[in-house]
Amino acid sequence: MLAVRVLGTVAILFVLSIVVFSMLHLAPGDLVKTLLGTRPASPEAVAAIREQYHLDDPLPVQYLRWLGGVLTGDFGQSIRLQTSVADAIGSRLGLTLALCGLAFVAAIGSGIPLGVQSAVRAGGVLDRIGTALGVIGLSAPTFAVGLLLLYVFAYYLPIFPVYGGGRGPLDTLYHLILPAITLAAGLGAIVLKLTRTAMLRELDADYVTSARARGIPEGRVRRLALRNAAIPIVTGASLLLTFLVGGTVLAETTYALPGLGTLLQDSVLFKDLAVVQALTLLVALVIAVIALLADLAYLLLDPRVRAKGGTA
Amino acid sequence: MTGIDVALDGIEGPAGRMVEPLSFAIAPAASLALIGESGSGKTLTAKSLVGLLPPGFRAAGTLRVDGREHRLEQTDASWRAVRGREVSLLLQDPFTSLSPVHRCGPQIAWTLEAKAGRRLPARELDAEVARRLDEVNLPARVARAHPHELSGGMRQRVAIAAALASDPRLLIADEPTTALDASNQAEILDLLRELQHERGMAMLLISHDLGLVRGRTDEVLVMRHGEVVERGATARVLSAPEHQYTKALIAADPALALDAPVHAEASGHAEASGRSEASAADPPAAAPLVHATGVVKRFGERTVLGGVDLDVAAGEIVGIVGESGSGKSTLARCIAGLEREDGGTIAFDGAVLSPGRRSRTPGQMQIVFQDPYSSLNPMMTIGQILREALAVGGRPATEVAGLLETVGLPADAAAKRPAQLSGGQRQRVAIARALAPRPRLLICDESVSALDVQVQAQILELLGRLREELGVAILFISHDLAVVRRIADTVTVVWQGRVVEQGPCARVLDAPVEEYTKLLVAAAHRDRPHTHDHSTDGRTIPA
Repeated sequence: MLAVRVLGTVAILFVLSIVVFSMLHLAPGDLVKTLLGTRPASPEAVAAIREQYHLDDPLPVQYLRWLGGVLTGDFGQSIRLQTSVADAIGSRLGLTLALCGLAFVAAIGSGIPLGVQSAVRAGGVLDRIGTALGVIGLSAPTFAVGLLLLYVFAYYLPIFPVYGGGRGPLDTLYHLILPAITLAAGLGAIVLKLTRTAMLRELDADYVTSARARGIPEGRVRRLALRNAAIPIVTGASLLLTFLVGGTVLAETTYALPGLGTLLQDSVLFKDLAVVQALTLLVALVIAVIALLADLAYLLLDPRVRAKGGTA
Repeated sequence: MTGIDVALDGIEGPAGRMVEPLSFAIAPAASLALIGESGSGKTLTAKSLVGLLPPGFRAAGTLRVDGREHRLEQTDASWRAVRGREVSLLLQDPFTSLSPVHRCGPQIAWTLEAKAGRRLPARELDAEVARRLDEVNLPARVARAHPHELSGGMRQRVAIAAALASDPRLLIADEPTTALDASNQAEILDLLRELQHERGMAMLLISHDLGLVRGRTDEVLVMRHGEVVERGATARVLSAPEHQYTKALIAADPALALDAPVHAEASGHAEASGRSEASAADPPAAAPLVHATGVVKRFGERTVLGGVDLDVAAGEIVGIVGESGSGKSTLARCIAGLEREDGGTIAFDGAVLSPGRRSRTPGQMQIVFQDPYSSLNPMMTIGQILREALAVGGRPATEVAGLLETVGLPADAAAKRPAQLSGGQRQRVAIARALAPRPRLLICDESVSALDVQVQAQILELLGRLREELGVAILFISHDLAVVRRIADTVTVVWQGRVVEQGPCARVLDAPVEEYTKLLVAAAHRDRPHTHDHSTDGRTIPA
């Protein structure tokens, strides 16, 4: 079963690579002019570009050459930055990973406990506050939350820096706090809702009644229910990670962080196709891997699925 | 003073008073049965004694355990000291009362630790869990199994071990065997009785099944609409019921008619009306309606059906009995085309059908499932459900009213949704839906097993009437011999994917030839030890 899932993921990535490669030729405007960027379009320069990108070869050959490069980590040259795409991405990857990681931890760390408490005291004060927070978090656009936080905590109360990625690990962390909270607001709201719903259902289950009737302490009963609720929560949380990928573009732009989000935005504006291609593939890869990991987690969390997988 | 003393002042629900004042006492090691249909307040009464009433319900009164008084209206925090040590609750369904993602051992261990009030060393805990499992006749290795790896009977044993691990003085068992096979039912109840005597523990057994409590409890309390209508020693109440309602319950219970002669009239009708109506459409001496030979079905390595033969004549009611896992449902699903058989042939009206649904038409056969709560689309009205089924069978939508009338539902039911109907009414809708394309064969797969006895009796009566009026043949699958006896003309006993015995209902159930059939019949009787005396009164023989 697992092998089938992995093969499926590879197949999806293969199809995506064709789509991404086609971007080069489907992009509006003249391809050579795009690739030339700001350089003058002299006949020699045009010839050099055609030579460099092998534009005179048949398309399948071009694709295979490009795919070979991609598989060995060579995504070509960034027209805008005049460096290799791999370097451009590599230098910014760390910041984005740190931002996403921080936001994810914050979202999980606040959403799950709040969701559990909301479900345990459904209809109580905490549940109402949680629901209100959830609605705000879900409905407020990321950039609006970002601007609000910037205004309040960086401008009005100058506790946090206004922009930039900072120098050194601690300073970077300091610079990432507001952007991470911005990203985590929407995510945390979804985690809260997921957890609350799943916990409410589990707390209503027979095995919880049975555990309570046997005198098992409430703390253990809740852990028992949460362990069962973990199955839908993990599946939902993995979908959230993909939401993070989109959100990071907005957060990085708002806080002017030199991460992959801003790189993608600038490259799209500048028609820096090689970078856009590489980033698109990277995002696809990350999402595919997350989906695969979520399936694995499901296998780990649910012994019933495990048993079926074993006999099939 | 020792024993249990309950004085319930009443239970209030969102819609008013649900249970009237009632009181009872149970001596140590004695047992009391609380009998009633769903909605009678018996489960609410049980839950009020562990402080686990659903939100919106409030109970008042006292529970005295060996002289220690507990107020029923106390807070949840105070209840925690009572639950487990004084009172424990065993639930109906072993498939949901254990956490599916945890192994069985820890689930018992939690109760042990809850009783001890502290964490216990792993070795001590393991040894104690093994001892508790042994007490319910399970091997120690069960501790490492997940609930889904165990059979229903084994799960309920684990649930019993978990419920008793805190050594309560009172065990409340809420329909503990309703979800189990006949042979498991008797074993579980006998085990509970045994454990009760060993521990000097009182038991409150909640059940809708009067036959089941016979010989297994000392006293009976019969409840209806939140009120006790009759109480007394079990033997007395069952042999000489005083209240009209108790009499009706006993009369409706098919199990109490186990020794009664088979419904001879019904068998006669099969020849007279059913066959004659069928012969209008068929040439005389036609092949049977369904003729299955050597049906084989495998799921992976497992052979579920190992060459089964089955005939169903037009207008005939054929009962298939067997325990869960015997393959009886798979056979029905193969005939209906819901499973594809791996070998053998299934012919309908003389023509061989290829495996799968594609070769069947709606007018040939329809199926009625066990659970009317999940087999009807909750988002559709009854009218929509029936119109959809009529459209499938190519019938006009105007027949909805007629269908409702056929199954004994009021015409205004068409505007309702399944959630607004009772279990019995929903099963009537499911039957109406199955009848919509005018099938010649109705397959009922445990169609009455989820219903209360009285409703069960009504549905059985309806099925019998449908056969007479419409001449429809019925393939009736059940694990309950008593129910099959009430309706079937011929019986096929299935065991481990093979037909063990086949023949007229009376012959197979009264004078079984095969060892396995004898065991099944004996198990059904063991459930109801005194049924024989009873039927000689003539009270339970169906009219």
